[in-house]
Amino acid sequence: MSLALKTTDLAKSFDIGKRLFGPPRAQVYAVRPVSLDVAQGETLGIVGESGCGKSTLARMLVGLSPPSAGEIEIEGRALDRADPAAFGRLIQYVFQDPVSSLNPRKTIRQIMEAPLRQLHGMRGAALEARIAELFDAVNLRPEFLDRYPHEFSGGQAQRIGIARALAASPRILILDEPVSALDVSVQAQVLNLLADLKVEFNLTYLFISHDLAVVEAVSDRIAVLYFGSVVETGPAEKVFAAPRHPYTKLLADSAPVVGRPLGGAQSGELPDPLNPPPGCAFAGRCPRASALCRAEVPRLRAIEGDQFAACHHPRDA
Amino acid sequence: MKLFLSLLFRNRLAAFGAVVLAIIVILAVLTPLLPLHPPNATNTANRYLRPLADGHLLGTDHLGRDLLSRLLWGTRLSLAVGFAAALIAGLAGAAIGVMAGYFGGRTDNVTMRGIDMLMAFPYILLALAIVAVLGPGLLNALIAVAVVNIPFFARNIRGVTVGIAHREFIDAARLAGMGHARILLTEVVPNIVPVVVIAMSTTIGWMILETAGLSFLGLGSQPPQADLGSMLGEARSALITAPHTSIVPGVMILLIVMSVNLLGDGIRDALDPRLRSGALARPMAATRVDRRDVPPAQGDGLLTIDALDTQFQIGKRIYKAVNQVSLDLRPGECLGLIGESGSGKSVTALSVMGLVASPPGVITGGAVRLEGQDLIGAPYEVLRSLRGRRVAYIFQDPLSTLHPLYRIGDQLTEAIRVHDPVSHAEAHKRAVKLLEDVRIPNAAARMCAYPHELSGGMRQRVGIAMALANDPDIIIADEPTTALDVTVQAQILALLDELRQSRGLAILFITHDFGVVGQLCDRVAVMYGGRIVETGPTAEVLAAPAHPYTRRLIACVPELGQGQRVLAAIPGLPPAVDQLPDGCAFAPRCEKARAACKSGEIALTGATRKVRCLYPEEAHVARAENH
Amino acid sequence: MGGYILKRLLSAIPVLLGITVIVFLIMAMIPGDPATAILGSFATPENVERLNRFLGLDEPLWRQYFIWLGNMLQGDFGRSFALNRPVLDEILDRFSATLILAGTAFILCAVLGIVAGVVSASRQYGLADKAITFVVILGISVPSFFLGMMMILLFAVQLRWLPVSGMFSIWGGGNLPDLIRHLTMPAIALAVVATGVVARLSRGAMLEVLRQDFIRTARAKGVPERRVIWGHALRAAMVGIIPVLGIQAGFVLSGAVYIEIVFQWPGVGRMLVDAILRRDILLVQGGVVFIAACYVGFNIVVDVAQAMLDPRIKT
Repeated sequence: MSLALKTTDLAKSFDIGKRLFGPPRAQVYAVRPVSLDVAQGETLGIVGESGCGKSTLARMLVGLSPPSAGEIEIEGRALDRADPAAFGRLIQYVFQDPVSSLNPRKTIRQIMEAPLRQLHGMRGAALEARIAELFDAVNLRPEFLDRYPHEFSGGQAQRIGIARALAASPRILILDEPVSALDVSVQAQVLNLLADLKVEFNLTYLFISHDLAVVEAVSDRIAVLYFGSVVETGPAEKVFAAPRHPYTKLLADSAPVVGRPLGGAQSGELPDPLNPPPGCAFAGRCPRASALCRAEVPRLRAIEGDQFAACHHPRDA
Repeated sequence: MKLFLSLLFRNRLAAFGAVVLAIIVILAVLTPLLPLHPPNATNTANRYLRPLADGHLLGTDHLGRDLLSRLLWGTRLSLAVGFAAALIAGLAGAAIGVMAGYFGGRTDNVTMRGIDMLMAFPYILLALAIVAVLGPGLLNALIAVAVVNIPFFARNIRGVTVGIAHREFIDAARLAGMGHARILLTEVVPNIVPVVVIAMSTTIGWMILETAGLSFLGLGSQPPQADLGSMLGEARSALITAPHTSIVPGVMILLIVMSVNLLGDGIRDALDPRLRSGALARPMAATRVDRRDVPPAQGDGLLTIDALDTQFQIGKRIYKAVNQVSLDLRPGECLGLIGESGSGKSVTALSVMGLVASPPGVITGGAVRLEGQDLIGAPYEVLRSLRGRRVAYIFQDPLSTLHPLYRIGDQLTEAIRVHDPVSHAEAHKRAVKLLEDVRIPNAAARMCAYPHELSGGMRQRVGIAMALANDPDIIIADEPTTALDVTVQAQILALLDELRQSRGLAILFITHDFGVVGQLCDRVAVMYGGRIVETGPTAEVLAAPAHPYTRRLIACVPELGQGQRVLAAIPGLPPAVDQLPDGCAFAPRCEKARAACKSGEIALTGATRKVRCLYPEEAHVARAENH
Repeated sequence: MGGYILKRLLSAIPVLLGITVIVFLIMAMIPGDPATAILGSFATPENVERLNRFLGLDEPLWRQYFIWLGNMLQGDFGRSFALNRPVLDEILDRFSATLILAGTAFILCAVLGIVAGVVSASRQYGLADKAITFVVILGISVPSFFLGMMMILLFAVQLRWLPVSGMFSIWGGGNLPDLIRHLTMPAIALAVVATGVVARLSRGAMLEVLRQDFIRTARAKGVPERRVIWGHALRAAMVGIIPVLGIQAGFVLSGAVYIEIVFQWPGVGRMLVDAILRRDILLVQGGVVFIAACYVGFNIVVDVAQAMLDPRIKT
């Protein structure tokens, strides 16, 4: 099994209180050093709540945001320079808000042409043929090409966004909350389309979402993010069914499921990013927390088989 | 373009401005061809001739020069200078603003510091200083006016550019391999052009005024050449003896600037998409009601909604957002109203207390009865006294629904005091108690916090506390947890459920999430295309949905704990409520639809389980028969 | 709040320095030398040179700047050669007159403009809205100097209600009622344009705010409509209106130049125009720096007011 994507201690920090001269007053980590492997043809789901750093991670992976530290390897080649064009041929991005990701003053054709011309130097008949092929793949009618983005519904616009990402012929697609702006009845259409495209174009997916059920339904493996760190990874069928990290357990219990009684909800909030705790970021909300948890940051380690957790006191299966 | 022109001329004031301006511009262009006296030919014998004098339609000035001729030549000059100044300032300002806004960082910082520096001068000081350096003269005045206005344009355009540079389509362009120059030209600039046009069209009038002003001071056009400003300046000394020499150029300036402003406003309105959709209209205190007849009361619940019709009337289009909706809510009951966006669930909820934004919303039929009292069409003061006291709302996004500039304590005490004029101290005490009731730690201290200082979950707790302020009988919760994270959502739902039990609240809970309905609600009503398609006890509806839409909607939502799988998608799109099909709105997407489904009115039938379908699901039919 | 004010005051220092540099450079670019202007074109070269040395004009430019800056910091703005008195004395005399005129006009425009804007927005498309919109369009389209002249013709010449010009009557004047009679027309003429701009902007800001969710929340609580408009909505709209008031103060100050000329008001604007036409450079330099500094100070007040209103602005 070859790796499609590998990150080594990839991190992003922002300076707070910039001064004209001298170092900034403080640094805030949006993503703490993250090391992930994604195999060829795999779908890795990334879940986490707002502020956990999942979007920042995604933007680093496509080169839209230069990492503060760490490395990105795509199919064995290191990409350290944040140049979206260099990334573009290997890895593409599907945005959360399908309408705002399309320039309102361009026709769909102009939008589709950009990656083909800029990244692959296509012109003329080949360009036309390729656009027709891509549109067919995402089940859109060719007459849509001469319309403007505002004429489309969210689901159609998201198909256009996917077609544009595919136009770059990437090896990997980063899907950043691709269905959360869509209605549930349309959501399933887009998810199924993505599953078909993955097979057809031999793609690798990074699927980012806050919706646990959606992530579970589409992923082979899942990584759970909390406060900028990966706290648990494992096969999709195991992570929520038998969570090892107490935070994953909290997430799984919080998801509304028909027939399960309300409650079991505990209070507690994210730590202050300006003043992060010295140990485990979840310790303040964790029923299993010990003195060790408050002093030392747990490393991500194998708990059983291919299930990993960053916890001093992991749960039993 | 055609749309733009038709919009522009629908605006009568703008059309008037356009016509006046067109006449003035045509006159100014034709001036050299018109049979006029030479503008600078003096004839001191004929000084200060009154208007309508022989051969001088508008009279003569202090040197006996023909005023009409000087007026038209002056207009030519003033118009040209004003337009040129606006063009220069607009283009230069836009270029600076786009660069600073797009590149951000240091470029932005340095540029904007410089701009701020220039804006620290009252503009005339800078203009005077520039004229002082360059010397008096019309061209110099033009340069001064243009330069002085660059900072305003630059600032304005920079702000807009920053907004666009952070939009996702710019990121998409970068990922498509486009360089900065190409992105600026093909992605940013086309989106900036309307803003620049608006800014220029609304400031040309101002530029004309300013150049006229400099000329008036004697710093612009130099004699014998005259623009409108210097004509006024020269005439000022004879203001009392020969007022017409002042009035003629003054009125001309007024006409030009006014027509330019009217046209400019028209252009702005026509280019602003929000005005087009009527989105900038101010919502009134209560939704407009325009109903012909009041339906008879059906149930005898605490709150009954009978055949409610709420529409959005935008231009000639009518969106039937809520279409013959009937619901009843009993004391202490939690009723879930579920549907996708555009299904009309929120509009139904807001219609109850007349909170649908109006314009464009209009309640065109039906009744909403609170213990038998009809609220639709009730006088505003009655409605107001019930709002928050008997029926309270909890809204979706707690950041935008709390007032950003008031402390949460003040917002809570206000909610108490509008219905119960107790002392501030008493209200404060009750407010702290409310915050404690919704489990906000440190309640007394949090009273002084502003909404932005709280987390999303805490803000929604404040929203709930505010709804509880007057011990209402009914709470209408409009997607109260949709904007929250899943762990916070679980906390808020548990809190709501507990409050409901302890206080005997009736809750109308609007959501799009079956999981939430399943955990919280006793009964559920499913909406599609503005209508209720199915209602019944939650457990029964979820276990054996009767309407094909309900069944397929439940099926296409993944549920946690079932692992990787293929989802059962519903093909097609939800209907647009301004062009609903005949018959069942779901028929075009339904695999069971037959000819009968596509015509006529399909009724909501049944007793405790009601369904609006000619061919309800078999599982449901089978269950019904077993009972 | 104290920290914010201090920070804002400190940040004004580079702006003020920048202003002095800009003014100095602009004035240094003026063709011809001041000595010739003072002594007239028939002066002997020796005398011109002596005067130049006396004025420090033979020094390199940067030293001239620092000498000028240093003197100003000690309160010495130099002497106006045309008036033969210290520049600062002249400015202070004239500035108080301008302050009375512009201050009155500014208060008028702020109060009337905001009230008109709120009324207009809360009765959108109603009769009051249409009337206000029409008056506003007229107001922002009329040149203030023309309006002033027409007011003189009507109220002073035809109706004889108010004095034609000046700040005080020559005989028997000098008291407050006399000042008010003289102030009425120029202050109104000066306020009209700014009132129009403020009204228009307030209307827009109010309409924007009235669509916000928190207004719906206030209504859902049962807050009376009057309080929704003048409390909740206006307070939020002020966040957009206050910065405009800051900018409008600059426009009022600028417009005062025209009005002072039309009404023979003994203010600083008229002084500046005269000084420019006479090439009285030290007076122009001093006047511009002084007014700009006052304006910077006023904008600090505006920013502080904004920060007091909006808790989201943090140092």
